[in-house]
Amino acid sequence: MNQINGPEKHSDADKKRKIRNDLILISVLIAILAIAGLMFMLLRVEGDVVVVEVNGERCGSYALSIDRTVEIRTGEDGEELNLLVIKDGKAYVESATCPDGICAAHRPISKSGESIICLPHKVVITVVKLSGDVIEPDVIA
Amino acid sequence: MKKKTQKLAFLGLLTAIAMAFAYVEVLLPPLFTAVPGIKLGLPNIVIIFVLYRIGVLEAAAVSLVRMIAVSLLFGNPMTFAYSLAGAILSLAAMAILKKIDLFSIVGVSVAGGVLHNVGQILLAMIVLGTAELGYYLIILAISGTIAGVFVGLAGSFAVKRIRLDKFDNNRR
Repeated sequence: MNQINGPEKHSDADKKRKIRNDLILISVLIAILAIAGLMFMLLRVEGDVVVVEVNGERCGSYALSIDRTVEIRTGEDGEELNLLVIKDGKAYVESATCPDGICAAHRPISKSGESIICLPHKVVITVVKLSGDVIEPDVIA
Repeated sequence: MKKKTQKLAFLGLLTAIAMAFAYVEVLLPPLFTAVPGIKLGLPNIVIIFVLYRIGVLEAAAVSLVRMIAVSLLFGNPMTFAYSLAGAILSLAAMAILKKIDLFSIVGVSVAGGVLHNVGQILLAMIVLGTAELGYYLIILAISGTIAGVFVGLAGSFAVKRIRLDKFDNNRR
């Protein structure tokens, strides 16, 4: 029963059982997440190509081995800019005009499946591996 | 009639508190700037209070009105969509877990916190058309679990301690 007046009454045994269940839930969650995270890290291999997608459409791919700078212009007349830099086999966003700046704060990426995402500009920068086994990144999802 | 008005006013007050919590949360320094979406979810304290003390529909109403108001004031349509996706999954999970009565408020809150992140990531996957976000989901789910414990503890204190003798439940 819902009570607006006072809290529901529970017996002590009931309370203990629920707290035990809570702990089980939290431990199971953390265990699953830890294993998933570990698998994610262990299965990662160095990638060789950076793929740039805007609004879900691929608009460019660049080899990680060649240092270069790419201007990713989005928005109606290209006023939204993410400056992608590829250097020493790693890719990172040097600067961006997006409001949150999360993509520019992201550490450099180089492993297959790693990505930098700029939600405001709908830009996804992903490292992939073309040769050899491709790790499907959606195994966790 | 009078009680209905009283309840409406009370829910309005709770919505305002939830909005204030959302604002306070924005003011707090971000823990990890590199990972978007990590936050405590303080407004969920209010939602838990309404869910446990009043009802599911009322909790959904407070949650929805709060999100619309916060998005109008500080956000944009996209932030509203992300909040909505998270809130729907989160509230559904909390309502179901409350109903099956296996967990205390802390467990319910943890599930709500994690599912909130799942909802947001799912929407982001649809919007961006990419599955790469699975990596974020792990980090966000861990933060959601930890935040859920704290929010759940705060929520359970609120549910247990706050007395509202002016509101009787003869109507129910």
